[in-house]
Amino acid sequence: MPPRKLAYYSPIMRRFAIPAIALAVAVALLALLAFGVAHQGTSSSIDAQVARGDYPAAPGARVQLPILGSSGHESLADFRGKVVVINVFASWCGPCVAEAPILEQEQRQLLKHDATVLGVAYLDNSSDSEQFVQQHGITYPVVRDVSGNFVKGFGATGVPETYVINRQGRVVALRRFQLAGNWLEQTMTRILAQSA
Amino acid sequence: MTRMRLRTGAIALLLVLITAPFALAAATATAATAATPRASLTDIESDVMCTSCREPLEVAQSPQADSERAYIRGLIAQGETKSQILNNLVAQYGTAVLGKPPAHGFNLTVYILPPAILVLGAAILAFTLPRWRRRTRAAARARAAPVDTLDPADAERLDQELSRFRG
Repeated sequence: MPPRKLAYYSPIMRRFAIPAIALAVAVALLALLAFGVAHQGTSSSIDAQVARGDYPAAPGARVQLPILGSSGHESLADFRGKVVVINVFASWCGPCVAEAPILEQEQRQLLKHDATVLGVAYLDNSSDSEQFVQQHGITYPVVRDVSGNFVKGFGATGVPETYVINRQGRVVALRRFQLAGNWLEQTMTRILAQSA
Repeated sequence: MTRMRLRTGAIALLLVLITAPFALAAATATAATAATPRASLTDIESDVMCTSCREPLEVAQSPQADSERAYIRGLIAQGETKSQILNNLVAQYGTAVLGKPPAHGFNLTVYILPPAILVLGAAILAFTLPRWRRRTRAAARARAAPVDTLDPADAERLDQELSRFRG
């Protein structure tokens, strides 16, 4: 019986074929991981742009968000031409409770200048958010961001956060975490004076 | 006439007496269904996430986790089933609340990649193992095999070559 002829592979091919396949698979997995992380949308680039004075257009301006306690929807674009203070909050968040009276007081001033606070309930259920609004006598409009896609456009990682949008629809100031001191009052005085 | 009325009244009374236990049983069953929990917090906690701390709710200790638990308890008290509660949680907190992400978009990789890697690994092993074994067996055979004897023509030629050196 003649000896069986084995397929010929060059020694280089034989030595590197399996490591090459393993490397290709590892690179593909890493690329997939990088893609996933990059699309989480928690970029903090807005902070840098605002700090530079290079005010970016407000992200997700056309995203329709459900109005709290209503079947209607509202988007940031509906407030075009107004200065809008977006406050991201949740009923279970202590700092949000502390901010509520400050924002409500500011709302009374803003109404005189064609400006408004817009509450965005995030990471919260609607019944608790409604209770929060009632308990703190909030009169400004409040919408819900169930998926978090709207606030993630601003790079939000939690609550509370506050962003100020000017009459041209650009982010001109923002504050991560709780409003401190008289940041809101000072910021709004400056922005309203600029846009008067 | 009076006899006729009496008969009608008796029939009505009889009907009421016959149907009353069934009506009572149905009412009791409805009340019991509304009050009887059809899901448990422990069971649901293992399938949902604390959306702010990004941890499973069963281990999460944060104000949001407590709020989420209270909300789930409320739904359990209303007699909702586990799937109803999960749907309700998605409506309130988005799909991020689910421990297992829904199978569409980028999330599909969670379901596709592990079995794909397993199949790829198995295929690589299925391809390489027999080759390794063949090679090992061949090497073993080569070591164990006796030295081949030369055929007569080669033996004669070898003798001639050697005799030339020997002079």
